[in-house]
Amino acid sequence: MAQASIAIRPLNAPSHAFEYLSTKKDELVGWARKFSLFPYPFVTACCAMEFMAVSSSPYDTDRFGAALPRFSPRQSDLLMVVGTLTHKQAPVLLRVYEQMCEPKWVMAFGACATSGGFYQNYAAVAGIDKIIPVDIYVPGCPPRPETVIDAIMKLQDRIARAHHPILTDKF
Amino acid sequence: MTAPTVELLAQRLGSAVGNVSLSHGVFVLLLEPTALLSTVVQLKSEFGFDLLLDVTAVDWPERTPRFEIVYHFYSTEHFVRVRLKARVSEADPTVDSLISLYGSAHFMERECHDMYGIVFRGNHDLRPILLYEGFVGHPLRKDYPKQQEQSLVPYRT
Repeated sequence: MAQASIAIRPLNAPSHAFEYLSTKKDELVGWARKFSLFPYPFVTACCAMEFMAVSSSPYDTDRFGAALPRFSPRQSDLLMVVGTLTHKQAPVLLRVYEQMCEPKWVMAFGACATSGGFYQNYAAVAGIDKIIPVDIYVPGCPPRPETVIDAIMKLQDRIARAHHPILTDKF
Repeated sequence: MTAPTVELLAQRLGSAVGNVSLSHGVFVLLLEPTALLSTVVQLKSEFGFDLLLDVTAVDWPERTPRFEIVYHFYSTEHFVRVRLKARVSEADPTVDSLISLYGSAHFMERECHDMYGIVFRGNHDLRPILLYEGFVGHPLRKDYPKQQEQSLVPYRT
């Protein structure tokens, strides 16, 4: 008998009932969080025009529950960095990011925020991920509205499937 | 106020202080930095160049003197432009400030100081205006490395 091949659950492992509840809790919280994204637009450059286009009526990101911009980082949970980040602005972005409450996500909107774009000089930061962690990158210079909507949907999908602990090491 | 024709400007300014040329229809005067202030006084009072449009510089690494400071003036009365150039060396990149004549010179000279390290004698507020405190070097000089970054916050590792 290949007795060793049978998995033996340790005594201190959570019971199936708890696992079931925990999974359902994650699903519920993920569903709630993905439809209540409050973006904070950190708008620095020309991508702002495309941001306006995507958030106004023809494309209307409000359909995804992700349109109402909150102009205070403390009330928002999606930081959209729209445009080039300069070294002079980097401390401001870091401060805005640090003021946001958990859970929070960051979208790098456009080529400059993603990688610095075509800038390679003394002034521009080569991608905001050198300063803050980024969850989703949107390519394009500027991105098409469809690309932005795709990014929002991908992020929502990820939020829905993620584990949502009620207590974290940061809280 | 005398209408500033090219001939008149060349006659009244050029022969005395520098080298006159015409570039795309704009009167260009290359002069010694020491003669700058007196020439600008003359341009303003005699010919009515009442608007200082731009103060900038050009870095010519292979030339001596290395830097060329470029001024653009405009007459809102006669609708004429004029360009002044003064050459200064790398060792002593100093020129007289124009803030006593034009208020707009203040910020433009600060920017020129940021980017090229030109010192404007008489402008006592040459703090960084586009750059930030603590920035080392002058980024628009040709010998400033293109990829050199001076980050204010530590990068994530």
